[in-house]
Amino acid sequence: MSIGQLYKHRSLGLSDEEALRMYTVMSLAAKYDERAFMLQRAGKIPFHVSGMGQYAGQVGMAFAMKANHDYFLPYYRDYAFVLSVGMTVKDLMLAVFCKAEDVNSGGRQMAGHFGDKKNHIVTGSSPVTTQVPHATGFALAAKMKKQDFVTFVSFGEGSSNQGDFHEGCNFAGVHKLPVIFVCENNQYAISVPLHKQVAGKIADRAIGYGFPGVRVDGSDVLEMYRVTKEARERASRGEGPTLIEMMSYRLMPHSTSDDDMLYRTKEEVEENRQKDGILKYKEYLIACELWSEEQDRELQERQKQEINEATKYADLAPYPKPEDTLLHVYAEGDGN
Amino acid sequence: MATITYLEAIRSAMQEEMQKDDNVFVLGEDVGKGGVLNTTKGLRDLFGEERVLDTPLAESAIVGVAIGAAMYGMKPIAEIQFADFIFPATNQILSEAAKIRYRSNNDWNCPIVIRAPYGATGAGALYHSQCPESVFFGTPGLKIVAPSNPYDAKGLLKAAIRDADPVLYFEHKKCYLALTADVPEEDYIVPIGKADVKRKGTDITVIAYGMVVNYVLQAAEELAKEGISAHVLDLRTLQPLDKEAILEAVRHTGKVLITHEDNKTGGVGAEVSAIIAEELLFELDAPIARLCGPDVPAVGSNPPMEKFFLLNADKLKDAMRQLALF
Repeated sequence: MSIGQLYKHRSLGLSDEEALRMYTVMSLAAKYDERAFMLQRAGKIPFHVSGMGQYAGQVGMAFAMKANHDYFLPYYRDYAFVLSVGMTVKDLMLAVFCKAEDVNSGGRQMAGHFGDKKNHIVTGSSPVTTQVPHATGFALAAKMKKQDFVTFVSFGEGSSNQGDFHEGCNFAGVHKLPVIFVCENNQYAISVPLHKQVAGKIADRAIGYGFPGVRVDGSDVLEMYRVTKEARERASRGEGPTLIEMMSYRLMPHSTSDDDMLYRTKEEVEENRQKDGILKYKEYLIACELWSEEQDRELQERQKQEINEATKYADLAPYPKPEDTLLHVYAEGDGN
Repeated sequence: MATITYLEAIRSAMQEEMQKDDNVFVLGEDVGKGGVLNTTKGLRDLFGEERVLDTPLAESAIVGVAIGAAMYGMKPIAEIQFADFIFPATNQILSEAAKIRYRSNNDWNCPIVIRAPYGATGAGALYHSQCPESVFFGTPGLKIVAPSNPYDAKGLLKAAIRDADPVLYFEHKKCYLALTADVPEEDYIVPIGKADVKRKGTDITVIAYGMVVNYVLQAAEELAKEGISAHVLDLRTLQPLDKEAILEAVRHTGKVLITHEDNKTGGVGAEVSAIIAEELLFELDAPIARLCGPDVPAVGSNPPMEKFFLLNADKLKDAMRQLALF
């Protein structure tokens, strides 16, 4: 690593403490992901959808946003993103175990369907890309109410083909709305590879909607931070949306119901594992002398405990009552 | 009291709610100049182009963006130019708006109104005439209203705008200028979920909604001269159905005709008749009857086909007389 590349975080305005916290969050997300996968394989939980390979980029973006101020519409692999903006591992565990206390849905939705109003995380569904017009709607509200929050929405590269992507981008472009569209391009839409999903470059699509599109290496947490921060500043200045195409690689199968060895090789996955942004960032922090292998071992141990406790808590937590099935279709009580 | 049209009733409901609450706004294709059907005419002059927002021609975005704004705390009224064009937004309505409260365990909600002008008016042909309410009917989480007169139109739209959940507001295009009525100038609402007895009678019960209610009332008037007394229930709200009012109206006479402009198969009338069959079978004095649009796409543009397809007071009169004589 050259001297110029060292301490890049400081030149971007990140303190050493923040830089370390970024590593802590991506490491925690990865630990949660591994545990959830194992729990599913052990038959303890019904389903898990992994975000492994995308966590460095997610953390970079999340740290560029203002938690509890901006609004977030993350997609189902954004564990590191939601952990960055206020969710806890316990929240994620309660969701994956489908328990009553789950803040996302009270055990109603599959895991990875985030939603937590207190942390400004907007409820999401399974049909892909529907959140893109919603994000535009939040941004429209910001403009109408003269509020200075910015809205962040993410989705996969398969989603970039849906009408809602195009309709949401166009609407936001026409009205110059404060929203950041992020395509987390992880190379596969379940089994269909990028070259069968997208002709051309996703970032270039922004040109057609009248705002900038930028492709970024998603394994470079600091570059993701820099680009997102710029996009946020543009939005705040009233200059409208930005489309970010975060280049990454999905290291795990699409979900626990998918066998990825039917459409790619172990060698390909292994090669990409070596390029994962978490490893790269750890090396950076060590090169900056902010981190050491010993500190890392301690962190891994501490986070393992945290995961263990959250797992135990969620496993023992009660399910919703059967009759709660009937609640919350409509507002309950008078006047509605 | 002022005498106003159904169209003016809708417009004044929007205007008054926008005056009352800064969070209420209208968005849709062409709404700035008043919309192709003139429902929003003059509102841009009153409230500016931000609150009477012309959108790109993209129905999924019109509804999807409204959903986002609503989740933030706004009260959007999304206009679909013709109900026939609502289908690109169906995923946003059924998968999103309808489920936001339930899927978030009451953490988020979605107070949108989607206004959709529906029904046949003459030469509207296959894509400016449809009654799409059955597509949305039966989706938990949605409310669906379909007023038949200016008073209900204004009161139901105000109730819809104030409602904390998504409401589909189906306004029949033929009602717009054909119907005028005295409507109070002071603020009022017509509660969602309540049907209304539009005429009291003793021989037969007719259950209808939308424009057809008016044909039923005309027919009832004429049949009264033949000594047939019709009891007429206007559903007004299709989802949730006012089950108690339906059962009470049927009990009243023991003979029921259910009628709507939408196709017969899978229409709202099928559910109404199932409710009656479940609860009141042994109190019926005749088989449940239905008079609806035939099961063909609505509707051929040429006059003979249109006349064949559409209901009118004469067709209602025949069906009502037949039921009375059973």
